[in-house]
Amino acid sequence: MPKATNDAKLLIQSLGKAYAATPTNLKIIDLYMVFAVATALIQVVYMGVVGSFPFNSFLSGILSCIGTAVLAVCLRIQVNKDNKEFKDLPPERAFADFVLCNLVLHLVIMNFLG
Amino acid sequence: MAEPESSTAAAGAGGSRLRNAFGGVLCAFTLLLIGVLAFSIRLFSVIKYESVIHEFDPYFNYRVTQFLSKNGIYEFWNWFDDRTWYPLGRVIGGTVYPGLTLTAGTIWWLVNSLNIPLSVETVCVFTAPIFSANASWATYLLTKEAKGTGAGLMAAAILAMVPSYISRSVAGSYDNEAVAIFALIFTFYLYVKTLNTGSLFYATLNALSYFYMVCSWGGYTFIINLIPMHVLLCIVTGRYSSRLYIAYAPLVILGTLLAALVPVVGFNAVMTSEHFASFLVFIILHVVALVYYIKGLLTPRLFKVAMTLVISVGLAVCFAVVAILVALVASSPTKGWSGRSLSLLDPTYASKYIPIIASVSEHQPPTWPSYFMDINVLAFLVPAGIISCFLPLSDASSFVVLYLVTAVYFSGVMVRLMLVLAPAACILSGIALSEAFNVLTRSIKCQLAKLFDDSPAASGDSSAESSSASTSSTNSAKNENRSEKSETAPKEKPSKKNRKKDKEVAESIPAKHKKEKKLLVLPMEASVMGILLLIVLGGFYVVHCVWAAAEAYSAPSIVLTSRSREGLHVFDDFREAYAWLSHNTDVDDKVASWWDYGYQTTAMANRTVIVDNNTWNNTHIATVGTAMSSPEKAAWEIFNSLDVKYVLVVFGGLVGYPSDDINKFLWMVRIGGGVFPHIKEPDYLRDGNYRVDAQATPTMLNCLMYKLCYYRFVETDGKGFDRVRGYEIGKKHFKLTHFEEVFTTHHWMVRIYKLKPQKNRVRGKLKKLKSGSKTSSTIAAGRKKNPWQ
Repeated sequence: MPKATNDAKLLIQSLGKAYAATPTNLKIIDLYMVFAVATALIQVVYMGVVGSFPFNSFLSGILSCIGTAVLAVCLRIQVNKDNKEFKDLPPERAFADFVLCNLVLHLVIMNFLG
Repeated sequence: MAEPESSTAAAGAGGSRLRNAFGGVLCAFTLLLIGVLAFSIRLFSVIKYESVIHEFDPYFNYRVTQFLSKNGIYEFWNWFDDRTWYPLGRVIGGTVYPGLTLTAGTIWWLVNSLNIPLSVETVCVFTAPIFSANASWATYLLTKEAKGTGAGLMAAAILAMVPSYISRSVAGSYDNEAVAIFALIFTFYLYVKTLNTGSLFYATLNALSYFYMVCSWGGYTFIINLIPMHVLLCIVTGRYSSRLYIAYAPLVILGTLLAALVPVVGFNAVMTSEHFASFLVFIILHVVALVYYIKGLLTPRLFKVAMTLVISVGLAVCFAVVAILVALVASSPTKGWSGRSLSLLDPTYASKYIPIIASVSEHQPPTWPSYFMDINVLAFLVPAGIISCFLPLSDASSFVVLYLVTAVYFSGVMVRLMLVLAPAACILSGIALSEAFNVLTRSIKCQLAKLFDDSPAASGDSSAESSSASTSSTNSAKNENRSEKSETAPKEKPSKKNRKKDKEVAESIPAKHKKEKKLLVLPMEASVMGILLLIVLGGFYVVHCVWAAAEAYSAPSIVLTSRSREGLHVFDDFREAYAWLSHNTDVDDKVASWWDYGYQTTAMANRTVIVDNNTWNNTHIATVGTAMSSPEKAAWEIFNSLDVKYVLVVFGGLVGYPSDDINKFLWMVRIGGGVFPHIKEPDYLRDGNYRVDAQATPTMLNCLMYKLCYYRFVETDGKGFDRVRGYEIGKKHFKLTHFEEVFTTHHWMVRIYKLKPQKNRVRGKLKKLKSGSKTSSTIAAGRKKNPWQ
């Protein structure tokens, strides 16, 4: 259906245009998120190849990647100026919370890595 | 006219700050009193009996805490216990929930490093009351997030006294629930706080509190299923917000990791069905978040196009994933759920497949009277609280309602889970009572204002303060008279708090008068009667709670008392028997008894047991059950193969103690018969009735349990009248051939027998000589005197 493909192309174009309008700091956080999820996918493929023997290591590796991705999303939510709920939250406080949560996450990861 | 108004406004602002500070101090003081109340109401057992550990499970926890305090945490983590489940042993480090023992161990270490010489037993006995005070404070915080300070104080006061919670946390009841309920409420508070504020800091704290809960109790699966249910509810009712994402997503990741850290849970955190709900909702949340994000980026028309595209692709992927998941789950016979969880979801599961779970009295469904015994007045305040939560509905109040509804279902399945219902009922009753007091006192204030209609012109800000003051709990002048009659101290404090506010509030009445025309105002007499009746209701509740704490729930089942004309009679037979065992047997001797007494035997008598309350190995328990149900020779063979030296039975027939082994005997038959088919339950029943009198079946009269319980029983009163069963026993005069009695306690409640060693067998011509010597040895054994009588 040419109309459908046209619509799809229009969709992707408008998505791209709207995304290009986001501020740079948010784009950096998005890049970090993509990196974390990509690392997680690489780990899953690796596990598929060599097997999941030290299961705790696999688990801690995957969950650390997904965990940092989730925390990056939370940081992005709190720092985004378009978000009216967080307009009186200073971005330094949001970043400090992000660092604290990451600290706890990585402490647990290091403990569980084996 | 502007000058006096601004000066009064400034004075009003300063006055309101002072009032707020005073209110805060009063609130803190009230909370302190509530904590003291929660602590002291649980001390009845220490006052009436002594500072001793109760029941069965706490003895195991006490023993583990002793080990921890003596040997340190690394030894504890790697401890393999060979004094129990002989010859299998038990890996303590990997099968115990360490939260309780680590908490008590930390408190003991802290207190001793401050040079306060408390023993481990004292710390263990008083851990539960301390944590119940903490739980009241956590309830205050949780209810404050849902409805406000007044409701919080009310809920905390109610939780401090609710009998259901008291029953599992008296001083001496050193069990997992003592700290687990505090962890549960605190985790819920942090979740709701994160939901309300959207702060990642509280999300981190939430995950850490969830970790503490996982360490403490197997009931943590309730949290990890309730919170996803609530998130789903919020999404479905259109209340998705970014705060919901911050509250839930980090909890899932961090929580799963932390749960996997605890050795008991390990990889179950990702592989069992109990946790799948959290992962499923995690995925759904991300899909919804993505949808909202894209909606914000695109125009509505393009968004529709995107939706059609995504739905067609997404549904296909979804089906594939769900099909794989269903195949994985369906391949396991229990569909991935553990036995305990299955028995909760399907109440008939345990009685069909797992008789051990079905035999525990705590796992039976509760009766209606037990609801009124355990949560009393709250049972009909809860529906009022539910209604009050809907006006207005917020995320926090919807969470509380969902918590209550699921807790009510699970409490209906298992009476032990009334404990999880108690905090929910307290929160909702606190909300209901606080709203009721709000409406009634506001009506009284309005009616009073109508009476004093000629008061001076109001200042603008004090009307704002009084409208904020009306959100606190009691706000009436008439309450000053009632406060002398009220029996609960916490209710007095909020009324005193507002006596000062009323003086300034009176000026603002006419201005508020117009605002309040739209609010509900009841006639004066109705409001006064309403407040009176509510206070009387509270009085009934307090009286019932104190009675329940003092009479019903404070008995340490290790010591029994009874009142007679001569005064108080104490039955200390259990400790007598364990002391005898520890002083008169070798350290390596093995003691066999039914699994109820295993923990107490290892903790107090310090002897190796065959089976204990952990009940992790059904076949081993069935072996002991079979032995108890078999005739003497077969039982001797079984016990000899397990290296058993002593057999312990509990018998209540002389004094009328109903929880003895003869009453539990049918469960031994059922569990033994479940593994060894030659034990058949109908063999022990006459016409379907369980009896031990002259009408009993010969299998029953010859089995080991009957013989060990009733050996020489006829010597007590000549007729062998069993006070528990209420009739005379069937077989009165018999001798034991393979066992010998070594100890019977003062009231015949615990009886200990020793396995007779195998006789030297000489074959052939010496058989005749041997039979002669055999009779002489049995006569000698029968005449052996009990050294303690």
